[in-house]
Amino acid sequence: MIAALAQAQQPGQALQLPHVDSWTIAPEAIFFVGGLLMLIAGVFLRRRVPRGLWSVSTVVIALVALWPTFHLWHQVRHGGARTAIADAIVVDGFSTFIYVVIISTVVMAALLADGYLRREDLDGPEYYVLMLFSASGGMLMAAANDLIVVFLGLEILSIALYTLAGYQQRRAGSQEAAIKYFVLGAFSSAFFLYGIALVYGTTGSTNLGIIAEFLRVNALTNGLFLAGFALLLVGLGFKVAAVPFHMWTPDVYQGSPTPATAFMAAAAKAAGFAALLRIFVSTFDLYRLDWQPIVWVLAVLSLLVGSILAVVQSDVKRMLAYSSIAHAGYVLVGFATATDRGVAGALFYLFAYAFMVIGSFAVVTVVAGKGDQNTGLDAFRGLASRRPVLAFVFTVLLLAQTGVPLTSGFLAKFYVISAAVEARSYALAIIAMIAAVIAAFFYLRLIVIMYMAAPADEGEEAVPAGPVPIAVGAGLALGIALSFTLVVGFLPSAVFDFARHATLLRL
Amino acid sequence: MVGFPLLTALIVIPAIGAALVVVTPRTRPELIRVIGFTVAMAVLVIAGYTLYEFATGTPGFQFVSQHVWIKEWGISWHLGIDGISLFLVVLTAVLFPFALAGADPHHDVKAYTAWMLVLEAACLGVFLALDLFLFFVFWELVLVPMYFLIGGWGYERRVYAALKFFIYTMTGSALMLVGILALVFLHASHFHHLTFDLQTLARDQSFGESTARWLFAAFAISFAIKVPIFPLHTWLPDAHTEAPTAGSVILAGVLLKLGTYGFLRFGLYLFPKVSHDLAPLLLTLGVIGIVYGAIVAAVQRDLKRLIAYSSVAHLGFIILGTFALTTQGVQGGLIQMINHGLSTGALFLLVGMIYERRHTRQIADFGGLQKVAPIFAGVFMLVMLSSVGLPGLNGFVGEFLILIGTFISRRWWAVVAATGVILAAVYLLWAYQRVFHGVPEGDNLKFGELRLKEAAVLAPVLALIVFLGVYPKPVLDRMAPTVKSLVARVDERTGAKQPAGAAEGRHP
Repeated sequence: MIAALAQAQQPGQALQLPHVDSWTIAPEAIFFVGGLLMLIAGVFLRRRVPRGLWSVSTVVIALVALWPTFHLWHQVRHGGARTAIADAIVVDGFSTFIYVVIISTVVMAALLADGYLRREDLDGPEYYVLMLFSASGGMLMAAANDLIVVFLGLEILSIALYTLAGYQQRRAGSQEAAIKYFVLGAFSSAFFLYGIALVYGTTGSTNLGIIAEFLRVNALTNGLFLAGFALLLVGLGFKVAAVPFHMWTPDVYQGSPTPATAFMAAAAKAAGFAALLRIFVSTFDLYRLDWQPIVWVLAVLSLLVGSILAVVQSDVKRMLAYSSIAHAGYVLVGFATATDRGVAGALFYLFAYAFMVIGSFAVVTVVAGKGDQNTGLDAFRGLASRRPVLAFVFTVLLLAQTGVPLTSGFLAKFYVISAAVEARSYALAIIAMIAAVIAAFFYLRLIVIMYMAAPADEGEEAVPAGPVPIAVGAGLALGIALSFTLVVGFLPSAVFDFARHATLLRL
Repeated sequence: MVGFPLLTALIVIPAIGAALVVVTPRTRPELIRVIGFTVAMAVLVIAGYTLYEFATGTPGFQFVSQHVWIKEWGISWHLGIDGISLFLVVLTAVLFPFALAGADPHHDVKAYTAWMLVLEAACLGVFLALDLFLFFVFWELVLVPMYFLIGGWGYERRVYAALKFFIYTMTGSALMLVGILALVFLHASHFHHLTFDLQTLARDQSFGESTARWLFAAFAISFAIKVPIFPLHTWLPDAHTEAPTAGSVILAGVLLKLGTYGFLRFGLYLFPKVSHDLAPLLLTLGVIGIVYGAIVAAVQRDLKRLIAYSSVAHLGFIILGTFALTTQGVQGGLIQMINHGLSTGALFLLVGMIYERRHTRQIADFGGLQKVAPIFAGVFMLVMLSSVGLPGLNGFVGEFLILIGTFISRRWWAVVAATGVILAAVYLLWAYQRVFHGVPEGDNLKFGELRLKEAAVLAPVLALIVFLGVYPKPVLDRMAPTVKSLVARVDERTGAKQPAGAAEGRHP
């Protein structure tokens, strides 16, 4: 985009703005404008609003954004992928897939937030607006064809997320999470920006297409260029919580309001991986031998560190945080293969994971109770006898995360691991499966606590044995997560095809 | 009834039954019991019909049902039955109603029955699947209900045992999944289409011998854990001892057979050459299992643990027969799977009944039960002798065939294994002596006699034990063609000739 603008600004010529094909950024625009409208409406309506208005409007906005997304998907399927708006935006199957992932995330997270915000006495449009902004940033990252635009998306996504993390101002943990996330996030943004600078310095452009073209013509053995893309990897590795850039994850996941954690885990991961896959698999494809080993190491570290550290956690939110690190490892397995199947596997994984993780955090939201405090393992003791259906749903979601067949989680693992096997990285495949076994340990432990630890023989401090109220929105979100996990687990063909056709535009 | 999907029904009916149980109100446990038992009986009827309709004398798959599931990946719902899986399916169908009727959960009948039916569907799925993906799905699915059954209805250390069971088995399947995928993609890289179909993958192979060894290892470790083969057996005593009675019956009767079945169906069939090359290793481990299991069983204080270790020994025999790679050996292994399922299943049920009466399983707490409960003691005696391998009862047929089959091809292993027969007599008879002989004292005086309901549950299994011991021919006849073609396939791939006398596949 910079290059295009610079070309347009020849001396003596008037500034020529590029043609804006509004369809291509319609989903982002709908989210952004919808958020603004809600903000304005919030000012005028104050507190005289029917219950659940904000949540419902967010869901409606998200569903409206599906319409241009399908339109774009249709265009891509029949007319092929293309770039638009001075090559700053790319419309391909890949970006539309990530749109769908983020839209589903927003729908579920908005439903979940409804009951939560009312319970915590925080109801208002701001939370939803931040979420919509953040999502639009994430979608922009998926569609960006220019490093500057990626950065733009990254910042829109992140800044809104920092605020969401600290949304529960009265709780110190939430504030701590926000500060931690902000400081470390700012660092990672700086890394990313520096990476852009180095890549720009060595290739002469920030446009991914031009960079790819430049790399095809010139063989760069320049250390600066390698440093540049390493820094890009660090910046985005932070967003997706890959080891060793994961240090913030447990604290932020634990401290943030639980519905915000759910959104963060699903959307930020999807957006971060979208940018990673596009920049590395598509643009830096020729340098695959340089970055593949690094991604391989990141994948192995994330898988093992995430799974092993999750075992020793006594707080469910923290445990899910470490497990999300391990899940990032599986997506990295797909990424490390750099094949079409690997990318499709990574996409399928992100899609399936979004439902599993939001569902899981929805259960935590419900169980945590007022003040969002009861997130220790003890809070789940004997849940099966108090809330059999809730415990059952959680069990399915945990088994899905373990990778038990007939759930989407199994097929997601199956997909990325088959990509690894196809690429002949057997070691990576085996390590990934071993990590799954380690992970099974703590998922099962949670199930044991819900079912087999009879609440009768509690010797210690009495657990909150009262009924656990489930808000309508949370119930709906759980229903969506459960149905997706099981239906896709039984009949994955449609989503498999969706992921398979959601190819990256190879530059 | 040609168009009726018999095999699909075998899997779907228990699954539907489980769903029915789930929607039945918790407050009607007796209704839930009736549903559970009826569904299991319906499965038995269908399995019986399959057995009746099964064409003796054909080695291939019958009642095949194939529907595309995930087209792009070449995955299909592909079921079939042959002489190898036929009797395992029937055994499963027999043992589930047996376990459901014979042992009663003390709480939460609804969840218990639902899990049992899910388990039945998954076990039958493993035996029937002819698609590697489908097979893996069922293989993994078996874990979940068993985990909940052990963890929810077991004894003191149930949670530990359940977790150990799950983690052990999942480790094996993790490797197997990589093995399956490697097999599929190696096939695809040569034949340019993805398929998980077992027969295609067995027919069109393009990999070298060292690759085949790795692939075999990936499968074999998973099966070896499930069987379990020494030294991967340590989960078994814990799981068996802590599981509820019905759980132990199914675990011993059906789940262990998944591993031995896996060796036959996937080990020998997919990798005949490697199976032949690595046979000495597996035979040795099998023999170690026989002797070690027997010795450890002899020193157990807990009756249930004793039977658990006896399973290690019996499964060692089955491995021995399988990897003897002769018709008699494989056939003996196969019929021994059925025998072990019947006799050990019945033994676990009897121990469960003893526990219900006395709330202890320590051998030292008993004595003289024969005096107070002679019928019970007689039944126990019969089942125990079948487990020992007394001629005239089913156990003998299997062990005899295995030892003959092994002797033909691997003499010295058979010699050592034969000591296992004696050791089995030692530990089982000794246990019987301590529990049933002598003069009853204290609580043992009040030991209840076999009740009518218990007798009704046990009677069919006792009948089968005697029938198979006296007249195993119908079973052997149905197995023979498939077993012969499997052994022939191994011989053909290895260029080995069967020693004289083995080729005719004589029956005793």
